[in-house]
Amino acid sequence: MSSSPTLASRLKGRSELGVALLLGAAGALVIWDATRIATTYSQSDPVGPKTLPFIVGGLLLVCAVMLAVNVFRGGKGEAEGGEDVDLSHPADWKTVLPLAGAFIANILLIDWAGWVISGTILFWGSVWALGGRNYIRDGLISVAMSLLTFYGFYLGLGINLPAGLLEGLL
Amino acid sequence: MDVFSSLMDGFATALTPMNFLYAVIGVVLGTAVGVLPGLGPAMTVALLLPVTYALEPTSAFIMFAGIYYGGMYGGSTTSILLNTPGESSSVVTAIEGNKMAKAGRAAQALATAAIGSFVAGTIGTALLAVCAPIVVEFAISLGAPSYFAIMVLALLAVTAVLGSSRLRGFASLGLGLAIGLVGLDVVTGQARLTFGVPLLADGLDIVVVAVAIFAVGEALWVAAHLRRTPLQVIPVGRPWMGKKDWKRSWKPWLRGTAFGFPFGALPAGGAEIPTFLSYVTEKKLSKHPEEFGKGAIEGVAGPEAANNAAAAGTLTPMLALGLPTNATAAVMLAAFTQYGIQPGPQLFESQGPLVWALIASLFIGNFLLLIINLPLAPLWAKLLQIPRPYLYAGILFFATLGAYSVNLQAFDLVLLLTLGALGFMMRRFGLPVLPLILGVILGPRIEKQLRQTLQLSAGDPAGLWSEPIAVGIYIIIALILLWPLLFKLIRRNRPAAVPAGVAATRSGASEPTDASGGSASHGSHRATTGGDGDGGG
Repeated sequence: MSSSPTLASRLKGRSELGVALLLGAAGALVIWDATRIATTYSQSDPVGPKTLPFIVGGLLLVCAVMLAVNVFRGGKGEAEGGEDVDLSHPADWKTVLPLAGAFIANILLIDWAGWVISGTILFWGSVWALGGRNYIRDGLISVAMSLLTFYGFYLGLGINLPAGLLEGLL
Repeated sequence: MDVFSSLMDGFATALTPMNFLYAVIGVVLGTAVGVLPGLGPAMTVALLLPVTYALEPTSAFIMFAGIYYGGMYGGSTTSILLNTPGESSSVVTAIEGNKMAKAGRAAQALATAAIGSFVAGTIGTALLAVCAPIVVEFAISLGAPSYFAIMVLALLAVTAVLGSSRLRGFASLGLGLAIGLVGLDVVTGQARLTFGVPLLADGLDIVVVAVAIFAVGEALWVAAHLRRTPLQVIPVGRPWMGKKDWKRSWKPWLRGTAFGFPFGALPAGGAEIPTFLSYVTEKKLSKHPEEFGKGAIEGVAGPEAANNAAAAGTLTPMLALGLPTNATAAVMLAAFTQYGIQPGPQLFESQGPLVWALIASLFIGNFLLLIINLPLAPLWAKLLQIPRPYLYAGILFFATLGAYSVNLQAFDLVLLLTLGALGFMMRRFGLPVLPLILGVILGPRIEKQLRQTLQLSAGDPAGLWSEPIAVGIYIIIALILLWPLLFKLIRRNRPAAVPAGVAATRSGASEPTDASGGSASHGSHRATTGGDGDGGG
């Protein structure tokens, strides 16, 4: 356990320890944040704003430790199934990363280029990431979706989505 | 005002042409989105939340009522016509339902599910109308200490009872409570977990959190494990039932309702336990036990009724106490707060017309489901064939749109993606999402009750158990938390009661060099020896 190769072999296939790490970090963060709240004891609020954060942070830290122990003892969280989920193959990052890319592109573009453009990129990019290769049909559907939602939200719900570059045209 | 006249007023509100139209839209949208694979009722409500923003609260909630039952019904259609169920409450329906569909009886399976849902939904809603005011009457006399205890009970019960791993449930709860802390403290105005970002001062919008965890997390998760060979969808005509099917269905419907409603109304209710109980009961009582496992209609009728009655039961604590006990109710409660409506026992008094209109539209929605969905079933079945790239791209598209339209700021989309990644991770490592959502919603309210309690007792912790109801609830909480420990103790003290098979597997898993392990390998032949060996070890 002390030498590195055994440690590495013990860590192998235990990616769930990352969850424990995340819980621990979250717990530490919550507690650290609570300690820097400056507050004086007040008769009307004996609990104060720090109590719950300490409890929550403590809960997270305890869960982190227990989860780490559980994983080292061979415990495993059960991955979630579903209608379209096939757990027999490993996570397909070639799908997920482009998908996240399309999402981020939308975040960066939405205020500047407007929803019609950014939404089109989001939908088209997502379809592409998920395996759609009918570029023209996918593109037409993407444009139609963002135009319809833009006008639908404007006329139906009174919500003005940003028009961006196409301001004046739409 | 008594229940009946309030309910009639509710019907009068819900049946105005505009509101009736919203009910129809709600039912159709709810079913359509609920049928789509990968979209459960909770995600349906979360995704459709922004659509209701422009409406006044009453119309919005009438639409929600339709979406709620529609989403439920859509889910059962999916599990009957596809091989795998979408959410845990329709697992049991899928067992017999899919077998029936494969045997060419899809029409009857859908019919018994639809009519059973209608029967159970109507009885359940009637029970809700009767029970909720009684619960309110009782709850209105409760003070902050009892309230605090009830909320803690709901959180812990959902976390500890549902799901396969309590530890992972609590981890999820902790994350949810931490997310709920973000923002300015309401009493002192101190910033908590905002890291100096002004946009975080108002806290995380619950709609953004719900859409991120349910929709974005799910879409990313499915994308990572997308089934490359599409599932076989069983074609279906218009649902109908013969005389024999009616005869075999009506009793299971009623029994299923009887199981479903009380479980739904409990703080840790959920639909999993009653649907399972209903299935087991029907199997035992059936005159055709040999058909179970090959497509017995009772096995669809009972659990489906239980599922819908539980859905109605869930609304009892939600409306009467402001306590959500499943994901869908949690999202609906978020919608209440979005409209500035305070959930809790005062709801019936302060928002009486709205609540009764909501209950009336549950009846209406139920009826609409029956008359709309029987003829539309073939169309819904077609929805199942929607190309998966469009489906999941569409989920991301509408999730983005929904989260963005709340505040019209791109920052919310950053949160959406971050929390979506969290939702992805939770699905990967088996952390249940329900405790997180309940933690976000109930966390701030629990804190408020806690502070009120101790303010009343001037800081003395004894104030927490100053009401008898609170003491009773703490005992229940202790029992729930200590249950696994108690269970172990009981088993240790009565080793003979352990069935031989269990004893054999348990000692087989322990040290093979152990003497008792050797004898236990013969446990199946000599039950007493195996049991004793286990008790000694």
